Amino acid sequence: MFQTILFYLFAIVLILAALRVITEKNAVHAVLYLVLCFFNSAVLWMLIEVEFLAITLVLVYVGAVMVLFLFVVMMLEVNLAATKEGYAKYLPVALLVAGVIVVELGLVLVGGKFSEMTLANAPAITADGVGNTQFLGEQMYTNYLYPFELAAVILLIAMVAAITLTHRRRPNSKYIDPAVQISRQPEGRVVMHDIKPSDFSVPEVKDVEEAASTNEKDS
Amino acid sequence: MKAIYLAAVLFPLFGSVLAGLWGNKLGRKNSHRVTILGVGVAFAMSLLTLNHHVFGGAASFDETLYQWATIGNLTIEVGFLVDNLTAIMMCVVTSVSLMVHIYTIGYMEHDPGYQRFFSYISLFTFSMLMLVMSNNFMQLFFGWEAVGLVSYLLIGFWHTKPSAIFANMKAFLVNRVGDFGFLLGIAVVLLYFGSLHYAEVFAGLETQKETTMPLFGNDISIFTVACILLFIGAMGKSAQVPLHVWLPDSMEGPTPISALIHAATMVTAGIFMVARMSPMFELSETALSFVMIIGATTALFMGLLGIIQNDIKRVIAYSTLSQLGYMTVALGVSAYSAAIFHLMTHAFFKALLFLGAGSVIIAMHHKQDIWEMGGLWKKMPITWITSLLGTLALIGFPFFAGFYSKDAIIEATKASHIFGHQYAYWAVLLGVFITSFYSFRLYFVVFHGKPRMDEETLSHVHETPWVVTLPLVLLAIPSVIIGALSIDSMLFGGVLAEAIHVDHHHDVLHHLKEHFHDWKSFALHGFQTVPFYLAAAGFLTAFALYGINVNIGRSFGEKLKNMPVGKQLYALLDNKYGFDSFNQNVLSKGAVIIGHELWQKIDATIIDGFLVNGTSKLIGAVSAIVRKLQTGLLYHYAFAMIVGLVLALSWLLIN
Amino acid sequence: MTLSAYLMLSAILFCIAVAGIFINRKNLIVLLMCIELMLLAVNFNFIAFSRFMGDMSGQIFVFFILTVAAAEAAIGLAILVVLFRNRRSINVGELNEMKG
Repeated sequence: MFQTILFYLFAIVLILAALRVITEKNAVHAVLYLVLCFFNSAVLWMLIEVEFLAITLVLVYVGAVMVLFLFVVMMLEVNLAATKEGYAKYLPVALLVAGVIVVELGLVLVGGKFSEMTLANAPAITADGVGNTQFLGEQMYTNYLYPFELAAVILLIAMVAAITLTHRRRPNSKYIDPAVQISRQPEGRVVMHDIKPSDFSVPEVKDVEEAASTNEKDS
Repeated sequence: MKAIYLAAVLFPLFGSVLAGLWGNKLGRKNSHRVTILGVGVAFAMSLLTLNHHVFGGAASFDETLYQWATIGNLTIEVGFLVDNLTAIMMCVVTSVSLMVHIYTIGYMEHDPGYQRFFSYISLFTFSMLMLVMSNNFMQLFFGWEAVGLVSYLLIGFWHTKPSAIFANMKAFLVNRVGDFGFLLGIAVVLLYFGSLHYAEVFAGLETQKETTMPLFGNDISIFTVACILLFIGAMGKSAQVPLHVWLPDSMEGPTPISALIHAATMVTAGIFMVARMSPMFELSETALSFVMIIGATTALFMGLLGIIQNDIKRVIAYSTLSQLGYMTVALGVSAYSAAIFHLMTHAFFKALLFLGAGSVIIAMHHKQDIWEMGGLWKKMPITWITSLLGTLALIGFPFFAGFYSKDAIIEATKASHIFGHQYAYWAVLLGVFITSFYSFRLYFVVFHGKPRMDEETLSHVHETPWVVTLPLVLLAIPSVIIGALSIDSMLFGGVLAEAIHVDHHHDVLHHLKEHFHDWKSFALHGFQTVPFYLAAAGFLTAFALYGINVNIGRSFGEKLKNMPVGKQLYALLDNKYGFDSFNQNVLSKGAVIIGHELWQKIDATIIDGFLVNGTSKLIGAVSAIVRKLQTGLLYHYAFAMIVGLVLALSWLLIN
Repeated sequence: MTLSAYLMLSAILFCIAVAGIFINRKNLIVLLMCIELMLLAVNFNFIAFSRFMGDMSGQIFVFFILTVAAAEAAIGLAILVVLFRNRRSINVGELNEMKG
């Protein structure tokens, strides 16, 4: 009974938070409400003894993804007025569509077989004495090892992709290109000028400048 | 023996390749040396084969040498079947080919395509040997097409001459019609026997005796279908009515190949093929009747056309058609050995006649109109004598080669009982008169009377060099004696019994055998028979019209042309019974019209205009509307997705 | 506390996200957040079914969804940053280069 009360309490908070996510004018606030959503979800998952995923949700989503969101939102100066344009105009359509889906899904989900399934009469997933986390871990490293490795690769690719997309080479930063360094030949470094004793004119200034600039580039 | 057979086939091929690919490096002399050597070796090997099989009585050789491809159950192989029939054919082919090779040295002396010509005729010898020596239908077809190809190349040898190009295209197209039938015939054989190997097909004949196949709503014996289809191929190659139209035109090619390909060997491939297939043809009397009637028609009506020709080579070409008709009649009455016998004798005397005509043409500086010749006998004695011998052999004068073979065919036709035998008998009998008449007409007009050429040509006319006259003499010898030498063994002695199967109901040669004693009495008896009197009548008519004075015949001919009935008759003959105009006006023009209509209506309008362009236009029009949906705005797409989700959910709920 | 309660909660979350996409159709960041909400709703479904029907696969699936969603968020935000850097705006209404 206590569990049911807790469920409804957190469910209501979750729904309200979700509503605030979509209606909030300030994007930073919206992200914070989304964080609240995830926390509530994690609690609801814990209520049905899905501990590991609940913790993961908090760690991965709140700890990483949401922080990233917050970061981006704060970094970009978004013209809030422009993005909220047409808000009222589309609200009725949004309500209608959302309402239709809720009603339709409700017709299917409420009542009937699903309403009789409770936690009490749910079949046990794990053997006695084995916790959710342990069982999930065993599965992950035995039967699902291959997809698990793939997931790791996906994360790596996502990381590389994100870096390459956003990485910018600064035009004035000083760095060494080893390829240029190695391919440098002595002939290009030293310029020999054969100055006859009779000829007093100094080599043209332009050459010196050029040599200086190449030297600078090479170093 | 295998090495000997292989050598016979491959040496001409090597010669051909050498002269064809390196002809310019080898030079003219070496080119003819190498090809003559190749064919000479082939001839020697053929003689060895003949000795081994015909005189030595060796069993027939049937072996696969090389397996080329396997497609499902069908294996395509190269193999040799060598028996007496093959040995005889090999000798005929290589000996005539050798003569023609030697002769060509003189005939093509100044031609720029000298090496090419030698390469072609050697290639022809190779192809023809492959054809006669094959032991399966596929190789037969290979040889069949290869000789057709060489024939095409050689008819158009002077490829700058429009008439030659027209003629070789015509020969090629007409032969395709025949080959279509031939290929269908092979397909029927393959369908019902599951093999292309002669021996396997013939072994399966008994079990399939009653098999029929549905065709045009009737059940027809497969042998009737297969034999008639195969014979259609033979009709194309051996120039039988109505596929004969290419042979007279093929005279556009150089004379040596007219002798070799279009008289002595290639055109007899059809005759050889039917003789080889004798066990099959024996099972279908319908097919035999068909063969006989076609042959008889060719023998009589093509001979008639020879009477009005003015070109020396065309007269002989029509004579060839007529003689091929005789052979076909012999096939039709189941006298296969007589057909092969006539094929052999004809090869020699017709090659002789053609080469003689070529000799005359050389002397006349490549003029071919017989009305510009005359009185050549004094100037060209060797050509004159050999041509006379060839003419006597052709008309079937007793003791000459042609007499034995032709008389055997006429007697066999008389003894036959299959449908249409009376027609065939009268056709071949009348043919004797006509043959004699046009042959002597040609002979008198060319060699006798007063010279009708201009002074300058007359002063240059002299006997041709020895390379030309030697083959004439060498061919004249078998033209005279080969009939007497071989009639006994070939027709009655069972030399061909192994290769040729004759059902005892059809065995017409059996009747002849009862009356046959030896070659002398057969020839002496020949003086008392109807054909002899007909030939004599032909000779006398020709002598009366052209022998005494050429102008009698000419003015008589002119008068006849102006008479009401004669006029129409002449027009009929002059148009060659309208085959050419029918082909050109109805078939080719019809094809052009149908093609044009199909192109305009079907291709341009329906396929291009409607299907291809119409499709692209339709897509363009639809896209012009649909592209408006692509606003490029993200929220429109999101909206579409969500609406789709709602609709899908609703649909699930309703159901 | 039944299965249908959890499923219904998930449905409501999903619909809120849908409505959010509608009304915040110009703001790319909020759109991304709405997608996160949708994914959360999906995860809810998986977990509820997994727990109430006694099958572990659902939870493992959620694990992978979390991984992919993290990757997706990282790349999505990276694109967003690049976009803003180039166009000085994240207004979806101005992103119509792909117009047909």
